[in-house]
Amino acid sequence: MKKKILSLTLILAMAASVLAGCGGASASGSDTFKIGGIGPTTGGAAVYGIAVRNAAELAIKEVNAAGGINGYQVEYKFEDDELDNEKSLNAYNTLKDWGMNLMIGCVTSGCCTAVAAESSKDNMFQLTPSGSSTDCTAGNDNVFQVCFSDPNQGIGAADYIGQNGLATKVAIIYDSSDVYSSGIYEKFVAEAASQPFEIVSAEAFTADSKTDFSVQLQKASDAGADLVFLPIYYTEASLILTQANTMGYAPKFFGCDGLDGILGVENFDPSLAEGVMLLTPFAADAEDAATQKFVSDYKAAYGEIPNQFAADAYDAIYIIKAAAEKANATPADSVADLGTKMENAMREITVDGLTGAAMSWDAEGAVNKAPKAMQIVNGNYSLIQ
Amino acid sequence: MSLLSYLINGISLGSVYAIIALGYTMVYGIAKMLNFAHGDVIMVGGYLIFTFVSTLQLPVGLGIVLAVVLCTMLGITIEAIAYRPLRNAASSLAVLITAIGVSYFLQNVALIIFGANTKAFTSVVNAEPIKLFGDQITISGETIVTIISCIIIMTVLTLFVNRTKAGQAMLAVSEDKGAAQLMGINVNGTISLTFAIGSGLAAIAGLLLCSAYPSLTPYTGSMPGIKAFVAAVFGGIGSIPGAFIGGIILGIIEILGKAYISSQLADAIVFLVLILVLLIKPTGILGKKVQEKV
Repeated sequence: MKKKILSLTLILAMAASVLAGCGGASASGSDTFKIGGIGPTTGGAAVYGIAVRNAAELAIKEVNAAGGINGYQVEYKFEDDELDNEKSLNAYNTLKDWGMNLMIGCVTSGCCTAVAAESSKDNMFQLTPSGSSTDCTAGNDNVFQVCFSDPNQGIGAADYIGQNGLATKVAIIYDSSDVYSSGIYEKFVAEAASQPFEIVSAEAFTADSKTDFSVQLQKASDAGADLVFLPIYYTEASLILTQANTMGYAPKFFGCDGLDGILGVENFDPSLAEGVMLLTPFAADAEDAATQKFVSDYKAAYGEIPNQFAADAYDAIYIIKAAAEKANATPADSVADLGTKMENAMREITVDGLTGAAMSWDAEGAVNKAPKAMQIVNGNYSLIQ
Repeated sequence: MSLLSYLINGISLGSVYAIIALGYTMVYGIAKMLNFAHGDVIMVGGYLIFTFVSTLQLPVGLGIVLAVVLCTMLGITIEAIAYRPLRNAASSLAVLITAIGVSYFLQNVALIIFGANTKAFTSVVNAEPIKLFGDQITISGETIVTIISCIIIMTVLTLFVNRTKAGQAMLAVSEDKGAAQLMGINVNGTISLTFAIGSGLAAIAGLLLCSAYPSLTPYTGSMPGIKAFVAAVFGGIGSIPGAFIGGIILGIIEILGKAYISSQLADAIVFLVLILVLLIKPTGILGKKVQEKV
């Protein structure tokens, strides 16, 4: 009997807290847009989360100073997910309780996919600056991307290597336990069939064995690869570069946006990354006025040169603004109505941003824009002309 | 030629497992408990050396000594606070669960203090790599130093346990705590000493692990810790030479499995081999079968 009473009390308590949560969400914010952001500000991908958090804040300050979106001011809150799917969902619920009606995030593909499954039920408008897997958008009408989708990165990388004659024999090292990495890998291999280079070795690693890469490098070296393609994140890439250097293997290294941030690893010897190429849509040393203003404002506010993720997030806020203006959205709309309005508007607008001119979105929510390649020269990212 | 090079890579990975496994087996052999926090003491050791050498710019030798001393103190403290009160608990599971708790505690404290950003560890090993067959095969300085350290530590530990009074006390405690106490041996002191040695070794293991694989996060110790535990069981847990042999063999299996079977299945292969060994020889390669006297 005692147990029954206890469980009944617990059920009541839970029901009460669920109702309280709903009440908070529907009653909130009728005079401001509340934009919530989610990303890892601690953890292995913290460089990305912090960049997104800061750059979105910078853009929102600018938007507010210029009169807000459709005349409404914007409130902003960013939650940490530590690169963990479950914590990301918790962050989403926290932000919903806060009254979020537009969302920017998540920063990484895995978390974004997990949150999208939930946000699509609420039809919460979700714009991810950098979640590049197609799983983020597939089947979720409410989710859009600022960055290239993984297939587009894989295809773009294969085209770039082929068209610029960077290599004849290519080896790949990828993380088979990560959707971002294996997504790019699959499309790269498919696209490589029509390119003038040959894939001589494709080796995987998993989240549980990502310290020793000697075998993968040895195989690439034995196969005579003159370029190693690394569709992975920078933490593992920094180990691969170190180990390749130890064994005296010096091919070209080519990566995607996951390598952005490798120079930010504390105590990392940047000479190891010299010459590494990466496909990424933003270069802080670009000469155009918009980029230069963004870089100097960001540096003044946060003391760092912004990376590509920061640029994606900065663009994301202006994309939200453009879509909301097109849709005549107001904070008085319910989350779901606002979502529908924004989604329709997204498929009609064209936005010029830091990460690409004339960005437009297809029915799936993926972006169309031209890719750019960068190379690490003298310890800095610089655009390949 | 590539087989030879894979073997060398295997020995190099295995030597890191071996040095961690020595700490596991030492504590298990004497205190008869699995110290699952051992991998995380290694991580703490790595961070301490990183702080002393890279951040505070102390001389390398001084940094290592300080890290060993601090890890030793950490080990004694953990034992006194978390394990000793449970030594006479009804179930030996209690202390095992506590060890897992200590492991998470250390990881989270490191997360708070050092943040989760990866830190690139500067190798403190200065030895030149050995190149064989016209540069086709490279044995890194870290590998050489790790293997030599392993052999030295193994020899010293064996001599210590078999030749000194404190070592004999450890053997006595491991055979029968009650009887040892009756013979006038300070059981608590002896187990503290075991943890002190085990944790001091962890600092050295952290140094060599991070020198060989120079990326330091709060989770650096956990996976190598588990693999080294497997190595210790593989070689016969409680046996000091067994830990060394188990570590080396495990490293070779992992690398050869990656190279010739599948780079994705490497971990599955390692654990499959462990299951097979335990089915055929339940006490591990060098483990002794102890007859329970009734």
